Amino acid sequence: MFAPDIILAAVLNGLMTGSVYALIALGLTLVYGVLHIINFAHGATLTAAMFAVYVAHTVFRLDPYLALVIVTPLFFGLGYGLQRFVIGPASHGEDRNILLVTLGLSILIENAMLAMFRSDTRSIDVPYAFSSIDLGFTFLALPRVLAFGVALLVALLLGLLLTRTDTGKAIRAVAKEKTGAALAGIDVAHIYAVTFGLGAACVAIAACLLMPTFYVTPRAGNAFVLVAFTIVVLGGMGSIPGALIGALFIGVVESLCGLFFGESLGQIGIFLIFILVLLVKPTGLFGARA
Amino acid sequence: MNATRAYLPAVALLLLAGLIPVLVAANTVLNFIVFTLIIALAAQGWNLLGGFGGQFSFGHAAFFGTGAYATAILQARYGVNAWAGFAIGIALSAAVGWMIGYLSFRSGLRGSYFALVTLAFAEVFRILANASAFTGGAAGTLVRLDMRPENFQFASRAVFVWIALALVGFVLIMTIAIGRARFGAWLAAVRENEDAARALGVDVLGVKLKAITLSAGVTGAAGALYVQYYLYLDANIAYGAWISVEALIAPIIGGIGTPLGPVIGAVTLHGLGELTKLFAGRIPGIDLVIYGALLVAAIAFAPDGIMGLLRKAQRRKDADKATDQNVTEGTL
Repeated sequence: MFAPDIILAAVLNGLMTGSVYALIALGLTLVYGVLHIINFAHGATLTAAMFAVYVAHTVFRLDPYLALVIVTPLFFGLGYGLQRFVIGPASHGEDRNILLVTLGLSILIENAMLAMFRSDTRSIDVPYAFSSIDLGFTFLALPRVLAFGVALLVALLLGLLLTRTDTGKAIRAVAKEKTGAALAGIDVAHIYAVTFGLGAACVAIAACLLMPTFYVTPRAGNAFVLVAFTIVVLGGMGSIPGALIGALFIGVVESLCGLFFGESLGQIGIFLIFILVLLVKPTGLFGARA
Repeated sequence: MNATRAYLPAVALLLLAGLIPVLVAANTVLNFIVFTLIIALAAQGWNLLGGFGGQFSFGHAAFFGTGAYATAILQARYGVNAWAGFAIGIALSAAVGWMIGYLSFRSGLRGSYFALVTLAFAEVFRILANASAFTGGAAGTLVRLDMRPENFQFASRAVFVWIALALVGFVLIMTIAIGRARFGAWLAAVRENEDAARALGVDVLGVKLKAITLSAGVTGAAGALYVQYYLYLDANIAYGAWISVEALIAPIIGGIGTPLGPVIGAVTLHGLGELTKLFAGRIPGIDLVIYGALLVAAIAFAPDGIMGLLRKAQRRKDADKATDQNVTEGTL
């Protein structure tokens, strides 16, 4: 058996991985909550954002944390435009079509990345990549602690945006009842696009937090998003606190499964939870009836 | 529509395609045809469930891979005859289809949820096949090269073209027959409105289960054929997302819910894919960029696919003819 401090270290590491999962899952759940559809292009968006951070660093010598200030609004705009001018008009208002259009976009973006950057694994060098904090029984990597803090802050800000601002109120209104919202004078197409933009901004932040310690390939985003699907389903599709708690939980489960069963089977635990939740309680832990 | 008119175009097309290996001997061409037909077969499987039944699976790799692995492992490990392995492979993938269908349809999963759960099942299979020694792990499984007809291996690629054509043709005729049968009507009812279908006395769960079992068996046959042709398999080929995507895009481009749609879609996509490679050179992923763009464009501008466009053109021609006739009659 493992000593308690090893297990505790694994739990802490899991929580930090989970916080990045949370950001990705927040974007996914937000879009689901409003458009009632899974955004299959979420993974490709994450990959694109990671490449953006990579290019910002190698070409413009920009630190990934500084790049956050540029990449986040850029991806908000990108997400907004994608929903407003591509996904929305192309899907003729049918849920099934949105599913397929986002799938088509994900294939397109992923392979455009492949054509541009080839399938090499790329990472960036930052001086603080191996800085760590000594907790006595274990070391925590500084970039991951930072990621944890920023992720929680973003979740908090997103929560405030949704509850305290007019735009947030409009987003929640459209999520609840889009016809009613339209009758009340809310521009539904605009709100859809804003929501999509917010989702893309979330993965852009996640990309900035990931890049100091992680690598990027044209398929890098997919692994994260499959996990994010699990989190979103577990937490209840559309639920913000659900996504947050689900993400931290899944991060810990993955870390512990990796410790006990080895890296390659660590993910199995996640998928089994995923299938089990889908089959037994598809509304998740915090979700209303979908 | 009478029976001859329903089946005639399909049969004629198949017979014509059967002539290709007689006229063309180039291996690259025959390779392309066999591969495209394997995709078409997988897509025909998807179309039975997704097109006729309206249940969009994002994880048909689970069935393709099971058919492929079963056929390969039965031969490589247990010395089972290749033809028997082929049949067992189809049966096993149908069984996996029934199981996944039973679990997810019984829980009432539809739309996004069904897409996700099928995706997850395929991923679980992929990770397990990649990690377990039984499937050869990451190194994959080889089928021993021994080119004899009793081993389902042929020195001539033409024979493979005919076998693939025969399978695609069989499924094509089966699909047309389903479309004309009561089962087809039930499937359409489930697709259009599940609650209304149930209210009218359609056994929704039973119909969906029958559809996914059949669908999985057909896609499993594509997997089994794949392994007999290439004699090699690993987890990313068998259970990779690529085949789930191929199986889904072809029917949508060709014409979802039409018997010929998946075949036309597969030929169009792979024809275009080869052309792009020809012009753009060997840039990796460039053919898939085209697929992605085509999928979005098809949904935006031709939601009924190529078959829908053809039908529309035909109707317009008929309408023109009718007006012409009226004009002529009017002058008399």
